[in-house]
Amino acid sequence: MKKSILKLFTAVLLLAATSVVFNSCKGVKDSDIETTIMEKAKSMTEMAGVTAAVKDGVVTLTGECKDDACRKLCEETVKAVKGVKSVVNNTTVAPPPPQAPVEVATDDPLMKSVTDAIKDHPTVKAEVKEGVITLTGEIKKDKLQKLMMTLNTLKPKKIENQLTVK
Amino acid sequence: MALQDKYKALIDAAAASGVANLQVREVDNVLYIDGEAPSGTVKDQLWDTYNTIDPDYRSADVVMNINVSTMAAGARAKVTTEKSNLNIRKGPGTDQPIVGKAAHHEIVTLVSKTNDQWWLIRTDDGEEGYAYAQYLSPEN
Repeated sequence: MKKSILKLFTAVLLLAATSVVFNSCKGVKDSDIETTIMEKAKSMTEMAGVTAAVKDGVVTLTGECKDDACRKLCEETVKAVKGVKSVVNNTTVAPPPPQAPVEVATDDPLMKSVTDAIKDHPTVKAEVKEGVITLTGEIKKDKLQKLMMTLNTLKPKKIENQLTVK
Repeated sequence: MALQDKYKALIDAAAASGVANLQVREVDNVLYIDGEAPSGTVKDQLWDTYNTIDPDYRSADVVMNINVSTMAAGARAKVTTEKSNLNIRKGPGTDQPIVGKAAHHEIVTLVSKTNDQWWLIRTDDGEEGYAYAQYLSPEN
């Protein structure tokens, strides 16, 4: 009788010990990690396009980031969450948004604005054809930059500078 | 992408010096660089960099349209003609009648921007009309 009580006591003790060990191994629950990550993601624009899946403390990140720095930031943020053992970063960098097409002025208004621009440079001649400004004649070196600055604002296709620079 | 390599120093300088809304586009062997520089000094430096890479701007492979963001309606600007007075015209165009003059290095008020070439300005004497943007520079 005494022996069986002792046996039972040992069994209970063992069970208790096992459960303590088991619990400490398990650490933070996956669902808790997920909740914490979701909370953090709310305040970070970088994580807007990123999804986190948690299994046994391992977080897998998928989705799109704007650049590598953003990918790294997401990874570091998730790594810092309590209970996370490791992070598999499967996020990708989103392609840059398409750029607006280059706007080129049509010849008539372009010629008019080129005429205005070279008005104070009597030795400079200009032609406009299909958006290309061709400069001929001559100019003093110290006046070239200012003229080019102005011509560059007129939305030409390009500027062929054939001026003799003195 | 070859042009972006050739002008890398220029593009990097633009990004590093705080040019806003910087756009770099390459179309048919021409590199289009657009943006807003925080000051006239930054704009001048970028043009010097451009001139270093392509002396006297001979290659016809860049169109650089950098404005100065401090040149905005309501701001004050300096008349930076060579030495003569700046014509103030009735409308935006050199074919428009002259309605007034602003002196060399006079400070005027920018009223509104018609386009990249023409500003509606007002002098401290109350003269108002259109002036060529090339001859107006940030006050500082």
